[in-house]
This record gives sequence, C-alpha cells and structure tokens, in this order.
Amino acid sequence: MSAEPLATEVALPLIPEIVRPKSATRSTVDAPTIEKETRAEEALDVPWHVVVHNDPVNLMSYVTMVFQRVFGYPRDKAERHMLEVHHKGRSILWSGMRERAELYVQQLHGYLLLATIEKIS
Amino acid sequence: MEIRRRKNQIEISELDPFLAELLRQIPASANTEGAPAAEQRIFSPPINGKETELCAEWKMYVEPELRRLFQTATQTVGADLEQLNGNEKSLANHTLHIPTKHADAWLSALNQARLVIAAKNNFTELELNDHLHSPIGSRRDLSLFQVNFYGFLQEFILGELDW
Repeated sequence: MSAEPLATEVALPLIPEIVRPKSATRSTVDAPTIEKETRAEEALDVPWHVVVHNDPVNLMSYVTMVFQRVFGYPRDKAERHMLEVHHKGRSILWSGMRERAELYVQQLHGYLLLATIEKIS
Repeated sequence: MEIRRRKNQIEISELDPFLAELLRQIPASANTEGAPAAEQRIFSPPINGKETELCAEWKMYVEPELRRLFQTATQTVGADLEQLNGNEKSLANHTLHIPTKHADAWLSALNQARLVIAAKNNFTELELNDHLHSPIGSRRDLSLFQVNFYGFLQEFILGELDW
C-alpha cells in the first residue's frame, strides 16, 4: 500500500538566477549583475524520500517521540505520521537531498525504527 | 510493583523476585548473537532493492557506530541493574532507582530487548496486541510477557520524559 506524503520538504534544484537591486531602475549607472552560484551536482541528485515502515513492536508513543526528536516536528504532525505508518504500513517523513536523507535514516536506525531512503520516481 | 517519578529518578519499588529477574535479563535479551532474524531486524538495510554499494558502505561505516550506540545503552542499564544484586534475601522485594538522565539508555535497551525477543520468537502482530493473554504456560508465553512488561516500562519512562 502506498502512502501519500502528509507534508514533505522537497528540496528544489537550484537554478542560475540573476538578481538586480531594486534601486537599479532609477540609477543612471548600470547596476551590477550578480549571478548566484549554481550547485549543479546536488541539483541532479534530488529528491529522495525518507520512509518509515510499520513495525508491530515499537510503541506508538515511542515512534511519535522519535519523529519529534529527529525531524523537529510538532507533536500533532509527528502523531499524524505515526498513525500513517500504523494504518498504511509506511509514511514519508521527509524529502530532499540524498546525503541528508541517509543521515536521517541513520538517526532513525539509532532509535531502532525501520526506515529506508527511496528515490522519487 | 509500584513505579513513580521522584525528583531526578524513576523509582520502581515492590519488585518481586520474578520481575526483578526479568529486569536483570534486559542486557542479555538485547543481544542479537546467534539470532540472524534479530540481527537483521536491529541492523536493517537503509534501502530496499539492490543498492549493494550503499548497503556495503552502511555495513562498513554505519553499523559499527550503531553497535556502539546500542552497547553503550545496554551497559548503562546493566550498571543501573546492579542495584538488584545487593545482599538482600533472594526472595525479598527490591527497589530500583533509575536516574532520569539514563532514560534514553533505558528506552533504547528496552526497545532492543523487545525487538530481539520478538524476532527470535517470530511473534505476530496479533500476539503482540493480545494484552489479555492467558497465564504463562510456556517459554513462548514468558517471552511475550517479557516483551509486554518491557513495553509497560517504556511507556512509563516516555510519560516522564521532557521531549
């Protein structure tokens, strides 16, 4: 059974962006053109999901506490994810860069939760 | 058995010898040695499918760190449990004091033990949720009771924690 993400932070690829100061429209001097740095490598590598899977042993209150601690979610959001895991078998807790997703999974394993990363297809 | 919060400690008093023995068994119960199913559950893969490179890296770098983390927790709990090895008469009731700063270690060790016991016995979700189970009549029943007793302690500690 697939689960709908309740709320995820999708990291969007960073694209080159040209920023002009607002005051430039009234100036007689050409405003400098500032190009923001592109992070192409990371942009190619997004996004990944952090998925937590159901486990009949872990207590519901414990799972809620772990979600609060690891992701900093408020209690009601953590409980919604916990209930999604319980009823649907899995919940997407976070989405974004692979490196950070792996770090989250490592933390979740440290709390003995069944968690994996999944590439968004 | 009574369990209550007293300032910076969780006090479990009126522990009869049977429950005290179950508590003493927490560190041993958390040991995955010789139980592949338990080992697989405690050190689950970080990805489903065939990402062999990530799984290999995980085994090499992450697993040893997790082992250390889990071992530290069971050692902390083991040290707290030494209170139960006093010179009291073996059939007397015991009292155990758990410093609240050890609460995380206890949550981890209790969870490790519950997961390992459940994996070794291959308990179903139905069995785990059957809180009106009949009296202990077999080794399997005793293991199920142990999982539920540890779960009860976890619930109490969670209730006393400031998240």
